[in-house]
Amino acid sequence: MTKEQQALYKYTLSLGDNALIQSYRLSEWCSHAPILEEDLALTNFALDMTGRAQMLLTYAAQVDGNGKTDDDLAYRRKERDFYNHLIMELPNGDFAFTMARLLLTSAYEFYFFTELKHSDDKTLAGIAAKTVKEVKYHMAHATDWVLRLGDGTTESHNRIQDAVNELWQYTGELFETNSADALLRDKNIAVDLLSVKDEWKNYVSKVLSEATLSKPTDGYMHSGSNNGMHTEYLGHILSEMQYLQRAYPEATW
Amino acid sequence: MQSKSGANYIHTGSVHAADSKMALQNARDTYTRRGEGTSIWVVPSAAIVASNPDDNDMFFDPANDKVYRHPTFYVMPEGAKAI
Repeated sequence: MTKEQQALYKYTLSLGDNALIQSYRLSEWCSHAPILEEDLALTNFALDMTGRAQMLLTYAAQVDGNGKTDDDLAYRRKERDFYNHLIMELPNGDFAFTMARLLLTSAYEFYFFTELKHSDDKTLAGIAAKTVKEVKYHMAHATDWVLRLGDGTTESHNRIQDAVNELWQYTGELFETNSADALLRDKNIAVDLLSVKDEWKNYVSKVLSEATLSKPTDGYMHSGSNNGMHTEYLGHILSEMQYLQRAYPEATW
Repeated sequence: MQSKSGANYIHTGSVHAADSKMALQNARDTYTRRGEGTSIWVVPSAAIVASNPDDNDMFFDPANDKVYRHPTFYVMPEGAKAI
């Protein structure tokens, strides 16, 4: 692989991993959401993300050119080879925590994929165009819930504020860049994270203030996924998600 | 729910919601997952005026024995479609 292919492989892989791991977390709400309608909404979102993960991992495998498939990448990769952001793998917590995370991640994804639509890489641009429509709805849904909970009862307000406070330390990583990013930026393939960050901050600040929530100050920010370093939670996700392929390799049905 | 532009709206189901916006989203999430619709109306259940089942004999029975109200006693013109 050339340096550019390597960079593109990792870039695509990390986008795919974000979708896959976030999808896994949302699917855990299946049959546990507060009302049936919300149960369907969250699992719908999970399916949107699985679809996105499949497209991205298929493309990553193609860039890699080793004859691997999207399934190989999803089910036969080790924890240290996953590049999803840490915020995606955190446990769901209560409903407020899940909604606060969905607000932060979907707003990030909305602005990110809106930029990626203009990528010179036609495959990524195509996936981005499809994704923007989906995450726009995720963002609207999460926004409404954050407003409802923040401006709701004392209990709901406290829970969503706690969630935002807890999650904030994982938001710095969303905007980290590495040398691979720089290389792909030069080729007009990757997204300019600085402009995404401005738009994301504006939007999130607006929603939080409308929800009568205070925006945490930027303090210590967790980091590590860029090097495959994760929280303790990813391993547990993979041990369950990859169980079947590990126990029965090549299983088909 | 309207299946495609121009088609009539058909009742699809009911959802829980705190307000109209939430009702619209819940309806979208619950009933359009397999591409069933292109447009949704939501109506608060309190705004629906329904007939009383106790009135069924008065309301609906009189129509039961009036077969002549069905336009089935005519020979269809050849080539006429969608009548």
